[in-house]
Amino acid sequence: MDAILQQFFNLDIMAQAAPLVFRGLGMTLLVCCAVIPLGLVGGLLVALGSRSHSRLLRGLLAGLIDLLRALPPLVLLIAISAGLPFAGIRLSPFACVTLALFLNTSAYYGEVYRAGLESVPHGQWEAARCTGMTAWQTLVHVVIPQAVRNVLPDLVSNTVEVVKLTSLASVVALPEMLYSADMARSVTFNSSPIVLAALIYLALLWPVVRLMSRLEHRLGT
Amino acid sequence: MLDIRALRKTFGAVEVLKGIDLKVARQELVFIIGPSGSGKSTLLRCMNRLEEPSDGSIFVDGVDLLSPKTDINLMRRKLGMVFQSFNLYPHKNALGNVTLALRKVLRKSAAEAEAIAMAALDRVGLKEKAGNFPSQLSGGQQQRVAIARAIALEPTVLLFDEPTSALDPELAGSVLAAMGDLKKAGMTMVVVSHEMRFARDFADRVVFMENGEVVQDGPPAVLFGPDAHPRVKAFLSELSH
Repeated sequence: MDAILQQFFNLDIMAQAAPLVFRGLGMTLLVCCAVIPLGLVGGLLVALGSRSHSRLLRGLLAGLIDLLRALPPLVLLIAISAGLPFAGIRLSPFACVTLALFLNTSAYYGEVYRAGLESVPHGQWEAARCTGMTAWQTLVHVVIPQAVRNVLPDLVSNTVEVVKLTSLASVVALPEMLYSADMARSVTFNSSPIVLAALIYLALLWPVVRLMSRLEHRLGT
Repeated sequence: MLDIRALRKTFGAVEVLKGIDLKVARQELVFIIGPSGSGKSTLLRCMNRLEEPSDGSIFVDGVDLLSPKTDINLMRRKLGMVFQSFNLYPHKNALGNVTLALRKVLRKSAAEAEAIAMAALDRVGLKEKAGNFPSQLSGGQQQRVAIARAIALEPTVLLFDEPTSALDPELAGSVLAAMGDLKKAGMTMVVVSHEMRFARDFADRVVFMENGEVVQDGPPAVLFGPDAHPRVKAFLSELSH
């Protein structure tokens, strides 16, 4: 029992590792701040494109979404960070992670938005167009607000996934939280820094997950 | 004001409108009746190009509605429409439903849009409900908000597509009363509906359609009287059973 406490819940080691782990948390949050807004916008564009009149665009997007959803995000990340230099494109680890997670999550956000857009009845379009609003105004002021509201729990759920996915960045040596905690672990030969990181992830995401459950409950989905 | 000539509409191989001629004068209330599938709703929806007519012409105040040069968004705000299913925006309260187009289409200031919207809601007797969301309103109240949304834009014609068909009779009464008030105030209206009493009381002309054609077009006294076309008589007697 004592050995387990020593190995996983050693408060002294946690305190030593804390500055490094919290610096890692800063990087994790920075990646989130880049990927989540990009993904939210990218996903919306994907969803709108999937409803375009152009069959070519629809087909291209459908293929791209299938590819990105079938490909493990870690494979995508390594392909970008290890593959692109051979094409003469050298990106920083931060840029590689942002690009990989943006591509991956846009596909997922896109599917969520698509369900949202489809949930808005056609009568809403007609009513808005009958007051002289353009298709674009109708989309922005009538359809998208309702679509987002209808799929809010799924959008939040996908956002939680994005935060968790940022831990993949440790593989390409981006010093986010997991990478930093693992560094501390390998220096101290003790798993407590990993536990600290886990606790921070929990503290960060558990309230969001709770909120999500309540949202779903309220919307009756 | 509204001049429809030889209007045709086909869905695939089915011809829903087979050459409709219809004129609506200023301040006139034209009431369109007919069995379901007669094309009356399609005709109404062609009048603001929610449906694209296949052939023929529609002139609104001398403007060719079907010309590619015509700004359809500009014309649509002159052709207000009220739907069977209300189609209020559920994410906006009554006031927000009315102000949206005032803000975004007519580019009114927030204060100006609100003043116009409150006046429109007052005309349909719902000033006190301005802050309520559609889900907090009865069907009759929702439909009156939809009417307020349309009249706030000061349309030259108001089109009603079975405005009371989704309502219980007691709720329909408040909507019909609001429509009657509009008629008395001089609004030009085209109404597709089965509310024959309203037609008798307020319509200037009643148009009976069947199988995509106008069978008879005349004052209510004629269509609801002994000189009605036999098919009109058959339809009305069937309706009252």
